[in-house]
Amino acid sequence: MRRVVVTGLGLVTPLGADVETTWANLLAGKSGAGPITRFDTTGQKCLIACEVKPADHEYGFDAGKRVDHKIQRQVDPFIVYGIDAAGQALEDAGLVDMDDDLKMRTGCSIGSGIGGLPGIESESIVLHEKGPGRVSPHFVHGRLINLISGQVSIKYGLMGPNHAVVTACSTGAHSIGDAARMIKDGDADVMLAGGAESTINPLGVAGFAQARALNCSFNDRPTEASRPYDKDRDGFVMGEGAGVVVLEEYEHAKARGAKIYAEVVGYGLSGDAYHVTAPHPEGKGAELAMRMALRKAGLEAGDIDYVNAHGTSTMADTIELAAVKRVLGDDLSGASMSSTKSAIGHLLGGAGAVETIFCILAIRDQIVPPTLNLHNPDEGTEGVDLVPLVAKKRTVRAALNNSFGFGGTNASVIVKAI
Amino acid sequence: MSDTADRVKKIVVEHLGVEAEKVTEDASFIDDLGADSLDIVELVMAFEEEFGVEIPDDAAEKIATVSDAIKYIDENKG
Repeated sequence: MRRVVVTGLGLVTPLGADVETTWANLLAGKSGAGPITRFDTTGQKCLIACEVKPADHEYGFDAGKRVDHKIQRQVDPFIVYGIDAAGQALEDAGLVDMDDDLKMRTGCSIGSGIGGLPGIESESIVLHEKGPGRVSPHFVHGRLINLISGQVSIKYGLMGPNHAVVTACSTGAHSIGDAARMIKDGDADVMLAGGAESTINPLGVAGFAQARALNCSFNDRPTEASRPYDKDRDGFVMGEGAGVVVLEEYEHAKARGAKIYAEVVGYGLSGDAYHVTAPHPEGKGAELAMRMALRKAGLEAGDIDYVNAHGTSTMADTIELAAVKRVLGDDLSGASMSSTKSAIGHLLGGAGAVETIFCILAIRDQIVPPTLNLHNPDEGTEGVDLVPLVAKKRTVRAALNNSFGFGGTNASVIVKAI
Repeated sequence: MSDTADRVKKIVVEHLGVEAEKVTEDASFIDDLGADSLDIVELVMAFEEEFGVEIPDDAAEKIATVSDAIKYIDENKG
């Protein structure tokens, strides 16, 4: 059977424009949250978000580093983040210069939950104010979700499978799981896989606030707003950015002497069949996805040392925790579980990929990132190590990422030390 | 250099992300400045906006170089 390993990582997050900066800031307990600076928030209920910082910030993002000026002008920010993260991952894997045979065996599976909402919003204003003749000719392909995969394939000449998952907040995890299967199935030897999102725009923030999903009660204390499992949690804080990994067939990676971070050993997916935004109250879908991932991995509950929870800082946190307990045991069989959304916010379609990368780094460095702002754990959290406030050194042999999305879609990915 | 030429070149630099020195009057948008057909549609829209001119599709198709654009604008602006 073909095995799939991770040989490259790329991140653009509210805590850094690369993997090591993000990881260091995350372990240091920093928060990426702050007042929204992208637009005038007058009249909005939610005034805060975890924005990717501008280029002049200490850990800001310089779009010009890997994305042509012309493309930056034509596409939505989620595509810019995705192209950059994919470039980082290829550089990390030592695969920027591939021969033609390998290019034909290398594909892209980089998705997004929502896609180019800021551009849809602004261009619809152009349409109404100036007429159809002023709509940009780049409008459509600058907003489409599969255009990260499209742009990346064009930039690097990658002619393998070109795919893009759209499963709301499960996108990043599904992208990695599906891409790993493509390698197992022999469709490709290398896949760039991940997700990106950028919807910190008036319509995006208003839409999620109206759906009662966003935190609107900590506007004066942005860094305290994302507080998974805490009694005072009151909705998620929107984040943005991208996470992309290089997945590679194990023998292929070994033969070229690649640095191997971890193996993708388990992938489970399911549907809640319950409600468009609320999770099943008993977390049945989440449980199914986790059990499937464990079974595929051939692992037992006690083999998982770290769970990167979906944990969005909503009422659903404790539903997920109950499901994790049913799968791993009341004490999670000794595993630690944290929600890094407490620090970087909810990256929506990027979340599952970014958080799987955190699982991989937890294995690499034998340390688990903290759940910030967890001062008063909610009922049902007793006896579980939710890694409150500070990172924790510990053995991490295998780690599980949960990602759940609107529509009742669930994905679990397990990575393991090689 | 005319005022029209200056403003046209500024738009081209901004939209195509090319260095200002490359935007000579006989530069071809496609062959010399790396534009594709959609970039030209966008440039034409930007010229229309900047100069308040209408550039119908059949006229836009004939604009291949920077000087073609300057000439059309100078002849047609109000």
